[in-house]
Amino acid sequence: MEALTAHLSQLGHGLVTTVELTVVTTLGAMLLGIVVATLRIAPVPLLRAIGTAYVEVFQNLPLLALLVLFVFALPTIGITFPLFTSAAIVIAVYEGAYLAEAIRAGINTVGVGQAEAARAIGLTFGQSLRHVILPQGLRAVIQPIGNICIALLMNTSLAAAVGVVELTQAANTVNLVEAQPIAVFTGAGLAYMLLALIIGQVTGLLERRLAIVR
Amino acid sequence: MNKTQQILFDEPGPRAQRRIRIATVLGAVLLAGALVAAVYQFASHGELAAARWEPFTTWPIWRYLLNGLWATLRAAAATAVLSSALGLLLALGRLSTHRPLRWLAGAYVEIFRTVPTLLLIYVTLFALPQYGLNFPLFWKLVVPLVVSNSAAFAEIFRSGILALDRGQTEAGLAVGLRRGQVMALVVLPQALLQLAPSLVSQLVGLLKDTSLGFVVSYTELLYSGQVLSSYTHLLIQTFLVVALIYLVVNASLSKFARVLQARNGRFGGRRGRRTAELPPPLLEGKTPR
Repeated sequence: MEALTAHLSQLGHGLVTTVELTVVTTLGAMLLGIVVATLRIAPVPLLRAIGTAYVEVFQNLPLLALLVLFVFALPTIGITFPLFTSAAIVIAVYEGAYLAEAIRAGINTVGVGQAEAARAIGLTFGQSLRHVILPQGLRAVIQPIGNICIALLMNTSLAAAVGVVELTQAANTVNLVEAQPIAVFTGAGLAYMLLALIIGQVTGLLERRLAIVR
Repeated sequence: MNKTQQILFDEPGPRAQRRIRIATVLGAVLLAGALVAAVYQFASHGELAAARWEPFTTWPIWRYLLNGLWATLRAAAATAVLSSALGLLLALGRLSTHRPLRWLAGAYVEIFRTVPTLLLIYVTLFALPQYGLNFPLFWKLVVPLVVSNSAAFAEIFRSGILALDRGQTEAGLAVGLRRGQVMALVVLPQALLQLAPSLVSQLVGLLKDTSLGFVVSYTELLYSGQVLSSYTHLLIQTFLVVALIYLVVNASLSKFARVLQARNGRFGGRRGRRTAELPPPLLEGKTPR
């Protein structure tokens, strides 16, 4: 326990970084997910192909390989970002592919009649998507999106492997100083479980508030 | 293209066709622009020079990377076998009629589903050796992967078992089988067939997880790339090639999962389950609905 309390500020900073990284990447990935899901159902074949390629590439590459490529290799062609920004971009791009698939699954649950009705009253593709399809489609997949957010939270720990000092890295550093692995790693594990629990509770709440009972 | 997607837009008329053409051209221009910018970045930093790509046409470099891939596949295979077996036991535990067993398995799954794998790897790297548990390098990667993936497998198996029609279990019990027999002879064979696509998808996730060997310095594919690039100083080239190898392997696995999905989990068409799809025999004078 002492090992934890003596380094509370260090671990606290790590926890804050993990939360920041999770929030920023969730927002970015959500945005990307909606854009890519839209691309995949667009009337233009080229845009559909781009959407499909995006999902295929980023679902089949390991996140760590992408992080290493972005953080260590891209500087050799003159593309450099601050470390936190790089990690956030890569995780958002990676999780965006998963969110796009979840959102597309949601769009597919919307009744065909809804889309037909939207077109019948003269809405364009973009309008019917914005006002009719997405509001219903997103509500149908709140739970899967929540699960992806929990996976995202766990994936932010990979940023530690390229040097971002978030919760996992902070725990590791404190352990190297204190040599109290059980206390330190259990503490970090409990913090992750707590964060995952919060995400789960929020999704549950949103689901109860927003989901359409058919 | 499925039904919803087709219904989202009409059969394009002349104006819509013009708009589609404009969007295609715009998209192509953007794509080409991005490509040109990338090539320019590569060229202006001298990374396009033939000498910096030539090594990747030689056998020793490829032999090294393929050795890495082999190590990745070995770690993935060990993880897959161990974690699916453990996952199945955990799923059965969660569905068991003994409360302590149910509780234990549930706690295991809930804990390790929400603890990052990297944290578990740090535990095996830095914590366990203090207590005299110093695994060989291979197991330092595989053990934490098994611990976290078995929780994921357990959830897949449990959902598959729960998704199966209750009538199957009831019928099994009714003909006098014991619970264990019902599970082994009736429920599992059907559930596993249904689950085949999800299991293959999980295999892709697991193969991606083995890239954590980078942290353990187990020379799987990603870490091989790291070692190679520190010798050759061909940083971006090496990691692009490594990414390409991952992409090829995982995309084939994903494709296999989709094929299984389309075939309902069957590898070949030889199983005699197709009777349900045959049209019902026509009765005289009645038109089929």
